[in-house]
Amino acid sequence: MTTAHAEAANGTLPHEPERATAEGRNKVLAFWLFLGGEAVLFGTLFATFLALRNQTNGGPSANELFHLPLVAAATFILLVSSLTSVFAIQAMHRNNIAQLRNWLILTVLLGLGFLGLEIYEFSVYVRHEEFGMTTSAFSSAFYTLVGFHGAHVAFGIAWISLLIGQLSYKGLTVVTAPKIYVSAMYWHFIDVVWVFIFTVVYLLGKVG
Amino acid sequence: MDWITTVDHKKIAILYLWAGGLFFGIGGLEAILIRIQLIKPMNDFLDAQTFNELITMHGTTMIFLGVMPVIFALMNAVIPLQIGARDVAFPFLNALGFWTFLFGGILLNLSWIMGGAPDAGWTSYAPLSSSTYSTTHGVDFYTIGLQIAGLGTLIGGINFLATIITMRAPGMSYMRMPMFAWTTFITSAIILFAFPAITVGLVLLTFDRILGANFFEVGGGGSPVLWQHIFWIFGHPEVYILILPAFGIISEVIPTFSRKRLFGYSSMVFATILIAFLGFMVWAHHMFTTGLGPVANALFSVSTMLIAVPTGIKIFNWLFTMWGGQVRFTTPNLFAAGFIPTFTMGGVTGVMLASAPADFQFHDTYFVVAHFHYVIVGGLVLGLFAGLHYWWPKMFGRMLSESLGKWTFWTFIIGFHMTFFVQHFLGLMGMQRRVFTYLPNQQFDLLNLVSTIGAFLMGVGMIIFLINIYLTSRKPADASNDPWEDGRTLEWTIPSPPPEYNFKQTPLVRGIDAFWKEKTAGHTAMTPAEPVGSIHMPSATAIPFVMSVGIFIAGLGFMFSRDEFGNALMSFLFNNYIVTAIGLLITFGAMLIRSLYDDHGWHIEPEELEGR
Repeated sequence: MTTAHAEAANGTLPHEPERATAEGRNKVLAFWLFLGGEAVLFGTLFATFLALRNQTNGGPSANELFHLPLVAAATFILLVSSLTSVFAIQAMHRNNIAQLRNWLILTVLLGLGFLGLEIYEFSVYVRHEEFGMTTSAFSSAFYTLVGFHGAHVAFGIAWISLLIGQLSYKGLTVVTAPKIYVSAMYWHFIDVVWVFIFTVVYLLGKVG
Repeated sequence: MDWITTVDHKKIAILYLWAGGLFFGIGGLEAILIRIQLIKPMNDFLDAQTFNELITMHGTTMIFLGVMPVIFALMNAVIPLQIGARDVAFPFLNALGFWTFLFGGILLNLSWIMGGAPDAGWTSYAPLSSSTYSTTHGVDFYTIGLQIAGLGTLIGGINFLATIITMRAPGMSYMRMPMFAWTTFITSAIILFAFPAITVGLVLLTFDRILGANFFEVGGGGSPVLWQHIFWIFGHPEVYILILPAFGIISEVIPTFSRKRLFGYSSMVFATILIAFLGFMVWAHHMFTTGLGPVANALFSVSTMLIAVPTGIKIFNWLFTMWGGQVRFTTPNLFAAGFIPTFTMGGVTGVMLASAPADFQFHDTYFVVAHFHYVIVGGLVLGLFAGLHYWWPKMFGRMLSESLGKWTFWTFIIGFHMTFFVQHFLGLMGMQRRVFTYLPNQQFDLLNLVSTIGAFLMGVGMIIFLINIYLTSRKPADASNDPWEDGRTLEWTIPSPPPEYNFKQTPLVRGIDAFWKEKTAGHTAMTPAEPVGSIHMPSATAIPFVMSVGIFIAGLGFMFSRDEFGNALMSFLFNNYIVTAIGLLITFGAMLIRSLYDDHGWHIEPEELEGR
């Protein structure tokens, strides 16, 4: 550990700085475990949604509501943001801080774009379709599942933004590298969850 | 102040023990009040509403705030020592887990003085728990208090998983791990996969009550049975979260006091894993009477009965461990020996309940109450007593009094069987649970009286235990490294209580029961795996405490966000979510501070180690 700190001070980081210290390795492992728990969390939300997705209580149904081109655009943006976060980690492994920062900034911007589209989508439903949290069991399940994912995206944006700030004044060290690495893991995870939402909520809602 | 900022797993263990003990006492008093109400027919000691609040809070408090923290206390006190580690993987998170549990528990119990405790039963079945049928803030305290406390449990679970995966001493392969470490590992895995489900369930119920969502409102298209599915897909694994650590404790205590290796170690490991796996497959056996249909009932019935197989393996392994051993009936071993028949009886009624047609008769009677108290009190609480008496000298450096310990055992176990054995018959005769009184001359009178007297006897046992703790705390701390003299695992190789760095040198493990193996080879100490060197320690910090205070404030703020207050300022603060926002700002602010200042910790140098 002390040698790793010394290397960081010299500017010669090991190839995988996120795994250079026991703390870093523990952090990555625990984050995998945490994502296991998150998978159960979303699994339960998906199960709830599937149980209630036809319970429209006289309100709008999925087929009437969803506008696939908008959702497809949001999906595309989020998938690209996953790719940019991969590039960020690759830049980190090359020890190129400038590229790392730029890819992270691009990831955050794409995340903001996705979130913007989602907020626009929700606001259209609420204002023009009279489809709110209290409308039906379907609406409650829809807003809770998709909203939970949106809250995860928002948290990820705030988290990665703070890490970009931290990168500027602390640089890339064996302490900051694991944080960046696990934030990228988190970002991939919420991307994967979105793929399921796109399938189960939107595609199934249109054709199922 | 030292206690607020500590990140040492041994001190956090003591915090868990005191806090869990406090809530255990509250839950126990609630139980005594319930039993006083039921001592005779048509009693008017309590009214129906208070009785509903008491049974709800008794169940909730005991499960989430009583026994779970005491389990966590023992895990924290013992696991790093047993696997030869200097601390858990994440000392900061360990402290955070404790404080969120404590503030969640405080929030839940504030309900007694802030306008009504939860009253929908500990399972909070919809629609009883909906805002239509439960009009006080009681169920909100339940959902938000448990949410906060559950966060702490989840954090603790992840921490123990990471600790056991990465921090074992050299030579300690998985198949050389002590059984308590194994059951902690599996329990933590169950926590990881079960708690997020109840997290979602509590969120949905909160949204129904506070935001007017329709998850469980039939009028809006929701489904009350959905609540039961979500609750029990968490709730049934929770039973194994509770009982597996007790299995682990028994598997430590019995070999120690039989002076023999645990019989069938590897079958014990695989039985534990199998129980954990099956525990997730059987949740709907709580729901036979909701109308799932014969196919579902049959499947869940069979999978439930399957659990008897690995559990039976464990029971027989304990018996075979004692068979032919030099058995010493010390207090811990008395509790362990008392555990075996008592828990077996609970298991047998479990198989009876698992039969779906029979369950239609037993459902919601005192037979069920008797069954789960045999499992949870006769299994888990006896196991915890065994563990507390066994590891008390390691935690505090003082031996508990053996004679008072035996008094605790006999009063508690006799009281226990008096309380709950007769409830099987009350249930078979048709006495319903959750009802605040019963009519005279249904042959319920005498058995209820016996049951209440038994409950008081259990209370006496608890008081003797507290007296024992008090008297012991006044004695000098002079326990040796290995006060039971037959210690088998690594925790008995270091001083009692251990120094803050646990092991001066990480030990080299050469087999199952590492210390026992060295003893039989004629050694008195472990072979070190490293030279004496500088030891890195984490810094103490109040940030976990502050974060938990923030979550607590946010929870209260959200709960009262739809209320009308007499005071305009209060209405403004709560109705605009300002209180919630302040709470979250405190929490996230504390997280930000944590991330800004890297904690490099401090070192204990070799000269200092030798100086002691």
